[in-house]
Amino acid sequence: MLSYDSVQELIDGAEAAGCTIGALALRDQAEELCQDEAMLFHQMCLNFSVMEDAIRFGQREEQKSMSGLTGGEGYRMLRYSEGGGLSGAFLTRAMSRALAVAGCNASMGKIVAAPTAGSCGILPGCLVSLYEDRGVERDAVVQSMFTAGAFGMVIAKNASIAGAQGGCQAECGSAAGMAAAALVELMGGTPRQCGDACAIALANQMGLVCDPVAGLVEIPCIKRNVAGVMTAFSAADMALAGIRSHIPVDEVIDAMRAVGDALPAALKETAAGGLAATQTGRALREKVFGTAGEIQ
Amino acid sequence: MNIFDIIGPVMIGPSSSHTAGAVRLGRVVNKILDGEKPERVTITLSGSFARTYKGHGTDRALLAGILGFHSWDAEIRDALEIARESGLNYEFVARDLPNAHPNTAAIHWLLPGGETGSVVGASVGGGNIRVDEVNGLRVDFNGDYSTILIIHLDRPGVIADVTQLMRTKYPDANIANFRLSRRERGGESIMTIEIDGAATEGMAIDLREVNNVISALVIKRL
Repeated sequence: MLSYDSVQELIDGAEAAGCTIGALALRDQAEELCQDEAMLFHQMCLNFSVMEDAIRFGQREEQKSMSGLTGGEGYRMLRYSEGGGLSGAFLTRAMSRALAVAGCNASMGKIVAAPTAGSCGILPGCLVSLYEDRGVERDAVVQSMFTAGAFGMVIAKNASIAGAQGGCQAECGSAAGMAAAALVELMGGTPRQCGDACAIALANQMGLVCDPVAGLVEIPCIKRNVAGVMTAFSAADMALAGIRSHIPVDEVIDAMRAVGDALPAALKETAAGGLAATQTGRALREKVFGTAGEIQ
Repeated sequence: MNIFDIIGPVMIGPSSSHTAGAVRLGRVVNKILDGEKPERVTITLSGSFARTYKGHGTDRALLAGILGFHSWDAEIRDALEIARESGLNYEFVARDLPNAHPNTAAIHWLLPGGETGSVVGASVGGGNIRVDEVNGLRVDFNGDYSTILIIHLDRPGVIADVTQLMRTKYPDANIANFRLSRRERGGESIMTIEIDGAATEGMAIDLREVNNVISALVIKRL
């Protein structure tokens, strides 16, 4: 059985078995959870469907968050993507999906925490885009969610996936690293390239602070899901081009933990620093919640 | 940890601690009442819950849990309306409770017959919860298991009598966790037993017959 102590274990295991990391993780989890692979695969299929539904929910023109601070971003980006935009139709559509899922979350819609609610738009932004716009088979995409999950388990074990513990690098950073590995696998990359993509994505988000305005999962979280998608695609492309991460992925994850530990509490989900502490950030907080006077 | 803790859970947003965990706290009340419908609930929100509950839908989430919904049910969004339509009166009070975890809620309920009860608990991250008080008594469990709370007198042999009864009458009920705490020697103690598999109301009825047991309460797995 896998220990999920290192990404190297996943790479070695997949190479030894001559399979993908996704297939390796699915087999391992079936054994671990005493369920057959088909059952687990089906459960992951359902999670993928929730992601698709969340995109549709969040791409509605009238989508609005519970606080009223945000809304309609997924819709506006989808309309904009029709013209191709700067980054091209494929990436702008992926951005719209990430915005839509993060917006769905902010308006109390149903999402898959992947790995968290705050970073829930990144995996759908990447994977649903490959399914809908690149013609990748649905089963292959679902299988790659096991790859993403396996990388996430190592990150959770050796660093953190909680903003309160490691800052936003632990949430949107981890999601980008997980998504990058899944993308490489879907494009036919090797297990080692998956590791490189994850390393590059994590390195490119390292140090990102968690500074939610008014303590809500909206500003800047929703747009950071887009940043995570762009980081994942660029990291995956670099790895597929044969560019290696100079620092091995497991060392990057260790560094991420050390950086998270070194971050002050004000930058770890307490809404006391970063954007939350700006003049406008504080004004928005007051707009939603009023002054603290109503607490007895 | 399994892979669906990372690619999952499926939940209603926006926050695992302020929304999904709040549903689970509400569900503790639903499980304690086990089918009885409260006429009124008063929910005190403390710490971060008190400051941000509107934006996170913590109020809707707690009510949804009390009404029996899960953290993935779309009804959470409309829980205030559903509560009103089903005749459940509710009141939210923002007040910091002393020495409480930052995400703490205290839920007091009133049944149509006049009976009252309460649960105090915290949402401790990632949708997980910790129950700190039931009906005024200090407890410590998380709802991941079926839980049996037994209030009894602090006398020798009570634990043996309780486990003997479980052994003979419910041989399939494996005890996963066991805790005992008392306020003072010889006074009232509380036994928290978490078991694998399902707990039944019959267990509580049988346990109330054990010597020195004052009351027993079964809280089914959330």
